[in-house]
Amino acid sequence: MALLRHTTGEIKERKALTVNPAKTCQPVGAMYAALGVKGCFPHSHGSQGCCAYHRSALTRHYKEPVVAGTSSFTEGSSVFGGQSNLITAIDNIFTLYDPEVIAIHTTCLSETIGDDLMQISQKAKDDGKVPAGKHIVYASTPSYVGTHVTGYANMVKGILKGFVAKTGTPNGKINVIPGFCEPSDMAEMRRLADMMGIDITMVPDTNGVLNGPMTGHYEMYPDAGATPAEIAGMGDAKATIGLGRWATADAVNFLDAEFKVPGHVMGLPIGLKATDRYVDLLRKVSGKTVPDAINFERGQVVDLLSDYSQYFYGKKVAMAGDPDQLLALVEFCITLGMIPAYTVTGTSGKYFEERMTELLKDVPYDCKFKCGGEADMYLLHQWIKNDPVDLLIGNTYLKYVARDEDIPLVRHGFPILDRVGHQYFPSVGYSGAMRLMEKFLEALLDRLDRDAPETRFELQL
Amino acid sequence: MSTKPTNVEEIKKELIAKMPTKVARKRAKSILPGTEVGEPIPEIQSNVRTIPGIITQRGCTYAGCKGVVLGPSRDIVNLTHGPIGCGFYSWLTRRNQTDAGPDGENYIPYAFSTDMTEHDIVFGGEKKLRAAIQEAYDNFHPKAISIFSTCPVGLIGDDIHAVARTMQEELGITIFANSCEGYKGVSQSAGHHIANNQIMKHVIGTKDVEVEGKFKVNMLGEYNIGGDAFEIERILEKCGFTLVATFSGNSTVEDFRKAHAADLNTVMCHRSLNYVAEMMETKYGIPWIKVNFIGAEASAKSLRRMAAYFEDQELIDRTEAVIAEELEKVKTVVDEIKPRTDGKAAMLFVGGSRAHHYQELFKELGMKILGAGYEFAHRDDYEGRHVLPTIKIDADSRNIEELEIHPDPERYKPRKTEEELARLNEKGLDFKGYEGMIGGMGKDAMVIDDINHYETEKLLEIYKPDIFCAGIKEKYIVQKMGIPLKQLHNYDMGGPYAGFNGAINWYRDIDRMVNTKVWNLIKAPWQTDGPELEATYVA
Repeated sequence: MALLRHTTGEIKERKALTVNPAKTCQPVGAMYAALGVKGCFPHSHGSQGCCAYHRSALTRHYKEPVVAGTSSFTEGSSVFGGQSNLITAIDNIFTLYDPEVIAIHTTCLSETIGDDLMQISQKAKDDGKVPAGKHIVYASTPSYVGTHVTGYANMVKGILKGFVAKTGTPNGKINVIPGFCEPSDMAEMRRLADMMGIDITMVPDTNGVLNGPMTGHYEMYPDAGATPAEIAGMGDAKATIGLGRWATADAVNFLDAEFKVPGHVMGLPIGLKATDRYVDLLRKVSGKTVPDAINFERGQVVDLLSDYSQYFYGKKVAMAGDPDQLLALVEFCITLGMIPAYTVTGTSGKYFEERMTELLKDVPYDCKFKCGGEADMYLLHQWIKNDPVDLLIGNTYLKYVARDEDIPLVRHGFPILDRVGHQYFPSVGYSGAMRLMEKFLEALLDRLDRDAPETRFELQL
Repeated sequence: MSTKPTNVEEIKKELIAKMPTKVARKRAKSILPGTEVGEPIPEIQSNVRTIPGIITQRGCTYAGCKGVVLGPSRDIVNLTHGPIGCGFYSWLTRRNQTDAGPDGENYIPYAFSTDMTEHDIVFGGEKKLRAAIQEAYDNFHPKAISIFSTCPVGLIGDDIHAVARTMQEELGITIFANSCEGYKGVSQSAGHHIANNQIMKHVIGTKDVEVEGKFKVNMLGEYNIGGDAFEIERILEKCGFTLVATFSGNSTVEDFRKAHAADLNTVMCHRSLNYVAEMMETKYGIPWIKVNFIGAEASAKSLRRMAAYFEDQELIDRTEAVIAEELEKVKTVVDEIKPRTDGKAAMLFVGGSRAHHYQELFKELGMKILGAGYEFAHRDDYEGRHVLPTIKIDADSRNIEELEIHPDPERYKPRKTEEELARLNEKGLDFKGYEGMIGGMGKDAMVIDDINHYETEKLLEIYKPDIFCAGIKEKYIVQKMGIPLKQLHNYDMGGPYAGFNGAINWYRDIDRMVNTKVWNLIKAPWQTDGPELEATYVA
């Protein structure tokens, strides 16, 4: 019996009700971004439930420790302002947990009452609650504006605002700002730059923080992430590359405007063409040559693609997730000969519609896509009810649709609550493209094998 | 280690030593040793404001109201009124198992939200809420819709109750609202109370039907995590009890409506549902007893008390037969496993009843409890309900409505006379009684309310227990230290752990966890060997 048994193909216009959202709220993205700074303690300025929810969501996704503080608002603080709670929190955090940095983000509660983080942090400093050499950075992340992707973007910018300086002496480095993606993806973005001999500063960098080893010891601040000193040097860099328009454009533009570091915003390097663009941009901004080792990896992707294109060709895909991820995935699916039939994201943006239209212009199918309010998994499911697809790509919540409609699901995005691997293995870069192709193939071919009549059940595929 | 503190008072000093003075002073009141059976129980500070920045494990009022109490009701459309986050995070993240049968209504896999945006915050969200209710009705035609407000709703002053009333009239279905903004109260606990009030006001007793069965009971505060309620249902049915309504695992609005047809209320989670038990007694004359189906012996004891209540020899005999049969299965497994778990040590810091209930299961395995505490309980959950009159009402409790309940003119029907109740009390029924966690834990055990990350880390360093019980937020922190953590909120996808089959599941899971060899793999051979020696391999 169907789990989402009340979902039918009869689509009624909705303007107020979101059902099974393809997004969540800003602060969780801010908390995630803060974890990509070494020695950083994320702090949620709001009710303690927000912090509990965000820590739980991140922990369930990464299966790693995620600690953060909260201002634990009561009704009183909601009326009189959260300043005293936040200053107490700052004092307690530095006293008990001794971080290098506290990264504070707001919530819908503290934003609605108008708490000013700049003023409160200054007061904490004036009151002597911030030990010498320690830092506070902050970002405004109201939950009623944008989504978790916006929160990530805002905190990344907040981190840069807190640290970046310009000494006037170029350091020859390239800044790379990853979009909202996995620690394994950030590692892969760095590996490609390393292979080209490019010295990069990556902010945030959660590799080693949210995919750490078992050592028998708990370290609240793993030996990973971008250091405040490295971040400070970003103003002296040669260029900045932002990988994901929604998640990084603000930060890239900030470095460009404030420190005259030339900025380049592109999509997440998921799939062959997007990775090509990333590598090519690295080459252009650094003046380095692309080594054969990278050409070799790229060649493997094309080889795999040509070997198996018959199984990808014409397969219809439905996807839900974040726009930076989706635009890259849609392009990659098209490269593979697949049809991105339905795409939804709760995160809005004019560019999403423009780019989707451009990507889909030669796809021989009436593809549907929607972003923003009411672009939810319920709508995606309704589209599927009316005309099914061969493959689903999205977070764990899509498993209900997958089961009800008997469609294979490849898990991608946030959150993944029922599988592992995303923390450790990338989906960006050429190796990520191969991993995604392997996953798509497994899903499609397992289904082919399962459904094949005896006569058509083949040993080799 | 010579510096290792030896008793609870010394350890307590170490826990709070580094804290700022005010914080240390406050925390000191929430940390104390357990007591021996029969000894006087000291007062523990609990249900007070969380210290900002301390890394609490607590959640909020919305989580207690929507997430815990009303979320598991499967045929109510539970609609979150607020920005998207709260509705998203409470979507399927508690494992309230549900069986709606092949054609029953089941909204558990759905998340409904008004997804408030800046425009709604500035201009008010009532219009959007009304439209969302209409759209929920048009799309799903549910029997009932329940609305939950999140933080900004209270601040901007949306009158969700007025919207609920209007829409109820328009649509002709039950619609009620919960003002459960996250900032109310000091923890989830406030949300439980709010949900209790609203179910009582709007649902319980709204349908008078004859419920078949001689021994009719309700189960209060059982959320069917990992299928616990299914196991309890199996046992109750086997004994001959009729379960009218469960609050709220695998429940329906129809069950709630006719809950007043039961003749006994049994309370599993005292913290979250005692309010309904009390109110139903006053309004309908249904007595309540605290039960515990966590632990095989505890389950047997609860069943005996339930059977004794009805004073029916046939029921008592049948219950005894069921207990004997079930305990035999349990004993076989305990006999096999106990030699491997005997003497091992556990700590439990979780919930509002689980940190107490689960001590039973550890004891059945011969394990000792080094420490325990709740996340959001009140003094009565620690010290026993006899302290209720002495609990001071502070500003944070005062803002949660206390319903004034009177006997229902038509439906109030005392199930037992005062004399009968007194007689049954002597037999150990203990109506309206709960002895709390602390008594009997022993003076060597630590009791800590609302434990924070700092204290947890310290405790683990000092005690190095064989297993630690808490939730997802603590899980991987504790496990990085090489200590297994059993989640008592979602059971690490295990369970059921209630009842007799549940106890067997628990024994097996704990055996696996405390005897795992995985921690032995942490060191590579070259990290454990002595100094490197030069040698040549000779074939």
